[in-house]
Amino acid sequence: MSELHGEPYQPQSGFMKWMESRLPIMGLLYPTAVTFPTPRNLNYWWTFGGILMFCLTVQIMTGIVLAMHYVPHVDMAFESVEHIMRDVNFGWLLRYVHANGGSMFFIAVYIHMFRGLYYGSYKAPREILWILGVVLFILMMATAFMGYVLPWGQMSFWGATVITSLFSAIPYVGDMITQLLWGGFAVDNPTLNRFFSLHYLLPFMIVGVVVLHIWALHVTGNNNPTGLNVKSKQDTLPFHPFYTAKDGFALVVFILFFAMFVFFAPNILGDPINYEKANSLVTPEHIVPEWYFLPFYAILRAIPDKLGGVIVMFGAIMVLFILPWLDTSKVRSASFRPLYRQFFWVLVIVCIGLGYLGAKPPEGAYVVWSRILTAYYFFHFLVILPVLGLVERPRTLPQSITQSVLGKDDGGQAESKG
Amino acid sequence: MAISEQHEPHRRDFLYIATGAFAAVGGVAAVWPLIHQMNPDASVQALASIEIDLSAIELGQTVTVKWQGRPVFIRHRTPAEIKTAQDTPLGDLKDQVSRNDGLGGAEDASDANRVVRPEWLIVVGVCTHLGCIPVKDQGDFNGWFCPCHGSHYDLSGRIRQGPAPENLLVPKYEFIGDDAVQIG
Repeated sequence: MSELHGEPYQPQSGFMKWMESRLPIMGLLYPTAVTFPTPRNLNYWWTFGGILMFCLTVQIMTGIVLAMHYVPHVDMAFESVEHIMRDVNFGWLLRYVHANGGSMFFIAVYIHMFRGLYYGSYKAPREILWILGVVLFILMMATAFMGYVLPWGQMSFWGATVITSLFSAIPYVGDMITQLLWGGFAVDNPTLNRFFSLHYLLPFMIVGVVVLHIWALHVTGNNNPTGLNVKSKQDTLPFHPFYTAKDGFALVVFILFFAMFVFFAPNILGDPINYEKANSLVTPEHIVPEWYFLPFYAILRAIPDKLGGVIVMFGAIMVLFILPWLDTSKVRSASFRPLYRQFFWVLVIVCIGLGYLGAKPPEGAYVVWSRILTAYYFFHFLVILPVLGLVERPRTLPQSITQSVLGKDDGGQAESKG
Repeated sequence: MAISEQHEPHRRDFLYIATGAFAAVGGVAAVWPLIHQMNPDASVQALASIEIDLSAIELGQTVTVKWQGRPVFIRHRTPAEIKTAQDTPLGDLKDQVSRNDGLGGAEDASDANRVVRPEWLIVVGVCTHLGCIPVKDQGDFNGWFCPCHGSHYDLSGRIRQGPAPENLLVPKYEFIGDDAVQIG
């Protein structure tokens, strides 16, 4: 796979020659971030990796400065958030960017994941790359959950209570584990304190796994819309300037979308009841998690048994770990899989449907539909994907990435001259 | 290692294993304080018991008090409510265990096993499903209803319908004279 190494770095100045013979950091970065050979046909769905890096950076930067003003104590947490909003210079901006940044992070990660599902980016040889992505998703969810507890509003408190109580479903040791998580007999000051500590730690663990994720990406190279392997140098372009420009443009559009929420609808994605201070004696009428957890919440509530619900909910994420081995089709991209493409969109609709049901009260038809969609979610991964690979007849694949690109331009006459 | 397997174990092998085992024990011993610090601390444990004056609670009234950071429901039950609770056949119950910390733990969930004095029902007000606070005087069994995921409890605090697996916990308590109770 020699074509996956970009042009090596050639130090020009005397200083850089001196430096490279001592710490060859440019020798490491240049072929991976500048000249890295990238398939020439990547579409805009491939820009979300870069957008996610931006989101992570924004969350860490705003988070570090917010921590300079926030007080992780039950008597002052809620007040210190209002203090940030009213008194701290630009505090309102920093907090709204951080709070909405979490939502933007999840929008980007869901698009990134569904892109992987559509184009078969999880298939050999990218299994580890995909699994690291699932690990990142889990770390993100843990971070977001703990972050949401910090403002110590009603939904913070009761969300924390419900989610930590999930662990009490574990037979025999469940209560021990919940007490260990709480540091008491209910969610209280020790819980808030440790969640603050962990909320500060986890983003840096995410950074570490992102490094592994990118490392794995640079061993196998990018997948692409055809799902074909890179066969020659003509199939690729250097990452810079081609994809730095494309990613950069997509990022600007994404930032406009982000800014729309921050400046015009900063609270639209949040629950108003979280502006009411936590009260350990009154549970709100409807406990609803943030939007990005709703599909999983719907799955949890679909099962009329405590331990069963918890197992199925975690199973909905765990099934992603074995996805590379569940999909038996040799063809990666859904563009050439007429049946899979339809099932893919059904899955998208099912996930959105579960999100809708997760926000509804657990009664009547909502429960019935939650059960149907939960069953379908698992049916998709555990039955449809393995069977489809055996019965589906894929469309004819193009000869190469280059042919697929130029073939469209000149009506099938694929003459590939880089 | 392949070579050494063919020989009798000698002194050097023993030293390797003993050193490795000692390092493992030391590692675990070093990690334990880092984990155990998360468990309820001395100041939390110190709030173990409270005393409540019952004289102000009217017949048919439920009050909520806070104990160990959790709500405790104290219900002054009417004779009719007591009778309904006592007459409920055990076969109708989802959880057959008394869940009474004041008893051994293996008793059945008859009303008699969940109260000390029938007119006073005292239970921890935390839904055994996912920890929400059930709402009083609601639900299909006139006891408590948990709004989060729809669990119904009766006037003995027993789970009758919904996803919660267990009856509301009865804390350990004792009456001090006629009009006061000590919980914990």
